[in-house]
Amino acid sequence: MSNKEPLFSAKNRKLLTDPLGKSNPITVQVLGICSALAVTVKLEPAFVMALSVIVVLAFANVIISLIRNSVPNRIRIIVQLVVIAALVIVVDQILKAFMYDVSKQLSVFVGLIITNCIIMGRLEAFALSNKPWPSFLDGIGNAAGYGLILIIVAFFRELFGSGTIWGFQVVPESWYIDNGGFYSNNGMMILPPMALITVAVIIWVQRSRNRDLIEENK
Amino acid sequence: MKAVRKFFDTIKPHVQKGAKFHWLHSTYDAFETFAFVPNTTSKTGSHIHDVIDLKRTMTVVIVALLPALFFGIYNVGYHHYLSEGTAAANGFFDMFLFGAIKVLPIVIVSYVVGLGVEFLFAQLRGHQVNEGFLVSAMLIPLVMPPDVPLWMVAISTVFAVIFGKEVFGGTGMNILNPALTARAFLFFAYPSHISGDLVWIAEKADAYSGATPLALAASGTPQTHSIAEMFIGLIPGSIGETSVIAIGLGAILLLVTGIASWRIMSSAIIGGLTMGLLLNIFATTTNPFMEVPFWQHLIMGGFAFGVVFMATDPVSGSHTQTGKWIYGFLIGFLAILIRVLNPAYPEGVMLAILLMNVFAPLIDYYVVQSNVKRRLKYTKHTV
Repeated sequence: MSNKEPLFSAKNRKLLTDPLGKSNPITVQVLGICSALAVTVKLEPAFVMALSVIVVLAFANVIISLIRNSVPNRIRIIVQLVVIAALVIVVDQILKAFMYDVSKQLSVFVGLIITNCIIMGRLEAFALSNKPWPSFLDGIGNAAGYGLILIIVAFFRELFGSGTIWGFQVVPESWYIDNGGFYSNNGMMILPPMALITVAVIIWVQRSRNRDLIEENK
Repeated sequence: MKAVRKFFDTIKPHVQKGAKFHWLHSTYDAFETFAFVPNTTSKTGSHIHDVIDLKRTMTVVIVALLPALFFGIYNVGYHHYLSEGTAAANGFFDMFLFGAIKVLPIVIVSYVVGLGVEFLFAQLRGHQVNEGFLVSAMLIPLVMPPDVPLWMVAISTVFAVIFGKEVFGGTGMNILNPALTARAFLFFAYPSHISGDLVWIAEKADAYSGATPLALAASGTPQTHSIAEMFIGLIPGSIGETSVIAIGLGAILLLVTGIASWRIMSSAIIGGLTMGLLLNIFATTTNPFMEVPFWQHLIMGGFAFGVVFMATDPVSGSHTQTGKWIYGFLIGFLAILIRVLNPAYPEGVMLAILLMNVFAPLIDYYVVQSNVKRRLKYTKHTV
C-alpha cells in the first residue's frame, strides 16, 4: 500500500464536517426528531445526550464496519441492533454510576438511543460499505451534527423557558413579576411543540442561508 | 378625497420600477390600495370578479367588531369600579374612559407589532401587504384578558403572524386562525396571565372575586351573575367576548353582507347545543359542570365570539357547503366537550376551532371526493 490515504484527507474531513451543516441528520434529513423534543428542555441533559449518541454511534459504526464482510445480509439488522443495544447499555450504566442526576432526567431516552433512526441509518448507509476509520469519522460527524442541533435547541428552550443556562440564573431575579418586575418565563418553551418550532426555525435559517437545500418544486 | 388621490399620485413616480424608492413599493401599494379600490384585476387562473376586494371585505368585518370592542371597553371600566364598590358613584363616561385607558394600548400594540412584522415580510419577499391582519389585529385584543401585560401581547402577536401566517405564505394561505394562534400561544406560554380569576378585572380591589361564569360553573359554585347579565355581557371575561348582544349585532352585519357563513354559525350553535344536551342527560354528580343547562353554554365564555368571528374565518375554515356544516357542528360539539370534561382547559372554544382549522382541508377533500363518486355513479347508470 504505497499510496496510503492520510488519516485526515479532504474526503475524510468531509465525513466529519458535512453532517454539521448541509447534510445534518436533524435539520436536513429530519431524523431523530423524537429525542430532540424530549431531552432539550435543559442544556445539561441535552449535552449529555449528545455525548452519549456520539460514543454509541462512533463505536457502533466501527464495530459494524469491522464485521461487515462476515455478517450475512439477511440477518444484518438484528446484528446491528445487538451491537447498538450493547453499547447503549454500557453508556447507560456509566451514566447511572457517575452522573446519576442527569441519568434520572434523561430517564428512558438513553435506552431509546437504540431506536434512534440516525444510528440505524448510518450503520445501513455507511458502515456496511466502508472501512472502519471512515466509519468512525462518519459516526462522530453525524452524532455531532445531531448533538449540535440538540444543544442549540436546548439553549433557547432553557433560556426562555426557565430563565437559566446550564442551571445558572441568567434572567435577573428582580425582573420576575413575583419580585415586582414584569417578566415571566415562557411556559410554552418547556412544552414539546416548542422544540419542534425551534427546530423548524433552525431549518428555516439554514435554508435561507444555503439555497442548495431548498427542494425544487415539482 | 381628491387631496388624498393627489398625494398618492405625487408619490407614485418615486416608487415605480427603476425609481429611487422602488424597494418601498410594497409599502406604498399597501397604503394606496387601502385608500382606493385598485383598478387592476387578477389576470391568471379562474376568478369570480366582485365589486369589492379583500380590503373592503376586511373593513366590514372590523365594523362588525366595533360593538364588541366598545362594549368591552365599557365592561372593563364597569368591573373595575364594581370591584372597588364605587360603581354607583361613577357614570358611564368614567367607566368608558377607564376601559379605554386599559384596552386601547392593547389594541395599539397588537396593530403596531403585527403590521410591523407583516410589512417587514412583504418588503423582504416583494409581496403586497395584505389586509387580513387588520382584522386579526382587532381580534387579538378582544380575546385577551384586560390585565394582560403589553409585552406578552406583543410576543403573542409576533408569534401568531410569523407561525400562524407567514410561514404558510401569508394572507389566504394560513391553515390556522392567526388571532386564535396568538391567544393559544399566550394560553400555553403564560398560563397565569390568561386563566384563573386574577386577570379578568383590570386593577381590581383585593378580596373581590374575579371568577368568570365558566370558572364558577366548573367548580360548582353558584353563579354570581344573572342570566340577563351574562346575555348583556356584564360579566368578567376576555375584553370582547362577554356580550352576546354586541356580538349578535356584529353577526347580523356579517350575515347580511354575506361575509360570514351562516352555515358555519348555525351548525356550530347546533353542535354546541347537542353536546350540552348530551352532557345534561348523562350528568354525574362528580362534575357539576355537566349539569349546567345546555343553552347557558352559548352565553358563557367565548362561545358566541368564537363562533361568530373565529370559526367563520373564510381562509382557515371549510370551503365546501357540506364541509361547512360538518366543520361548524364539530366546532360547537368539541368546544363544549373540552370545556366541560377537561378542567385544565376551561376555554374549549379556542382549542376546538384551532383543531377544526387543521381538519378543514381534510373535510373538504372528502366532501369533494364523495361528490365525484356520486356523479361517476350517475354517469354509469345513464350510459
